[in-house]
Amino acid sequence: MELSLQTPRATDHLDVLESHALFIMREVVAECERPVLLFSGGKDSAVLLHLAVKAFAPQRLPFAVMHVDTGQNFPEVLAFRDRAVARVGAKLVVASVQASIDQGRVRDPGPMGSRNRLQSVTLLDAITTHGFDAAFGGARRDEDKARAKERVLSFRNAFGQWDPRAQRPELWQLYQGKVNPGEHVRAFPLSDWTELDVWQYIAREEMDLPSIYFAHEREVLARDGMWLAVGEFVEPRPGENVETKTVRFRTVGDANCTGAVLSGATTLEAIIDEVAVANVSERGATRADDKFSETAMEDRKREGYF
Amino acid sequence: MDLLTKDLLRLATVGSVDDGKSTLIGRLLVDTRQLFDDQLDAVVAASEKRGVGDLDLSFVTDGLRAEREQGITIDVAYRYATTPTRKFIIADCPGHVTYTRNMATGASSADLALVVLDVATGLKEQTRRHLCIAALLGVRAVIVAVNKMDAVGWSEVAYRGVVDEVDTLARELGFASATSIPVSALLGDNVVETSSNTPWYEGPSVLEALETSEAETWTTAASGARLPIQWVLRQPGGGRTYAGMINGEPLEIGATVVLLPQGVETTINALNFGGESLTSAPVGLAADVGLAAETDAGRGDLIATAPLPRVTNDFTATLCWFGDRPLETGQRLRLKHTTKSTPVRVEALTGLVDIETLRVRECAALDTNDIGLARLVTADPLVVDDYHVNRVTGSFVLIDDVTNATVAAGMVGHASFL
Repeated sequence: MELSLQTPRATDHLDVLESHALFIMREVVAECERPVLLFSGGKDSAVLLHLAVKAFAPQRLPFAVMHVDTGQNFPEVLAFRDRAVARVGAKLVVASVQASIDQGRVRDPGPMGSRNRLQSVTLLDAITTHGFDAAFGGARRDEDKARAKERVLSFRNAFGQWDPRAQRPELWQLYQGKVNPGEHVRAFPLSDWTELDVWQYIAREEMDLPSIYFAHEREVLARDGMWLAVGEFVEPRPGENVETKTVRFRTVGDANCTGAVLSGATTLEAIIDEVAVANVSERGATRADDKFSETAMEDRKREGYF
Repeated sequence: MDLLTKDLLRLATVGSVDDGKSTLIGRLLVDTRQLFDDQLDAVVAASEKRGVGDLDLSFVTDGLRAEREQGITIDVAYRYATTPTRKFIIADCPGHVTYTRNMATGASSADLALVVLDVATGLKEQTRRHLCIAALLGVRAVIVAVNKMDAVGWSEVAYRGVVDEVDTLARELGFASATSIPVSALLGDNVVETSSNTPWYEGPSVLEALETSEAETWTTAASGARLPIQWVLRQPGGGRTYAGMINGEPLEIGATVVLLPQGVETTINALNFGGESLTSAPVGLAADVGLAAETDAGRGDLIATAPLPRVTNDFTATLCWFGDRPLETGQRLRLKHTTKSTPVRVEALTGLVDIETLRVRECAALDTNDIGLARLVTADPLVVDDYHVNRVTGSFVLIDDVTNATVAAGMVGHASFL
């Protein structure tokens, strides 16, 4: 087959993944009444937003962007969020976990406690309040064994729950997102992307990212086998030493459950080289929230998590 | 995804429950070092916790709580592997008859079926059903892993017996190629490295076969370009372009096309991708195109080049029925074909495929997981090709109007072996 793009690049697997993602986004927008794009400020949601712009260019995004804000973010990530959303001219909806706590919807875990699991309540409340019937997420199947099982368009019942035993068949590229009132679908256009694909795509598209993905000096402490950034949400406990290390973040989650990796990679090329030879998975290396139990991700997804 | 790169192979595992599909994929991933250390540690820990030995390889893909408790695969797991020669997207499918719909989900996007069967028990009905579904879905290449060779003392006679059975079926189903390999997924023989336990076998290991397989899903016969319109984009100058994925053949500026079902002949005067303009666009690109004619076009319409698809609301199709209740003549459902949805009525059930004989016989209804033939009548006209000509314009799903569940996979026309 003759493949002739005018753009000066070959048609490779990134093009395949990219076009597939654009196709999925258009199908969801066409079939659902009120989609929204979930945006954490991490690299995967940055790619998602970039793809959304391509899917509907030259028009503006036909949906809002929603950030579920735990109030425990890295400041660099919040700065990136505002910059990225402003650049594409999208409408930003912030769903606040603090507001859920203030309203008594969830219990306050305390200033140092993890709000990771509370996000599901805030997310589902926001979906109900705004009447969203589809939510784009940047989850990838290579991240976790429960995500490896999930459909591209993943049905959620009126309680926001995922039922892994009763997923809709999803044949060919006939994505069907029809739901009854109160139900919704999660749409994962990056399902078939790997961590390496994401980084290669970011480099190819010369995308902007939060600065914490690149190596920098930071005060850290060792806890639960991870390097946590010392700051507003992580303070040293007795016996814990604060050290200054050259680190970067491989994923972006809450400041108190996302570990840094020791790395001198200051460029995308250096990061890609690191990812290509990594022997620990990105969530295994950096996420305390996945270490609660054997099926931590499945259990949270059943409750309505991302 | 449609065709595109040779360096990306999509494969699905096929076969009956307990014949070792997940164990084989686990072995393949572990022995090619595709697992991160923490993932492998987690599999070891889960194996110990459940008392199933040091390393239950099936836990690499069977990641759900219920799957590990029951020791079966419930739904497809997608895994990604890269070797120096190729990238693989692996769909590890369930073998249990209850979850045939999930197997079809995994196989519908596959270029190659990796059939796994137990050498001691041979070709079971469920393996026949899976192979039949894979053939109907248009998978052309098959690799047959005859598993559990260690349990029969590496017997060449036992191996040959199973291979003869599978080869006969593969020929009947019209697969382009079928490579058979004696393996032990449990021990790793002939999975990545060829084994000294099978000196009588001179062929490739499973990995070598996967790396060299020339899998092709699409018919090589020119079928014309097809662009089902997903969405209309308004351009700054006031014009419109029509967004969709290109299938069948590439498109270029100036090409003569027909907008269907309207039947308006026109030319392409704009071709874009992500806001950049192009002069030509390959198959598989999610592009948007402008048409020279002033015409009313929208989602559900289709832009095509010759040979043109047909416009019809009355056609014959092959169905894989997944509904909980039987499908009967006269039933009304919703049909989604390309980017169009329309009410549909089952005008007549014209046959049921007997999995044992591959003969079509008369039937009153299709039960869950049956494969049958039907005449369908739709409210709105569809723009279709036969499935063997174009997978995109030849495929559809049937949807329950009340629950919105997908209850059938449908293919326009019928396979040559039926």
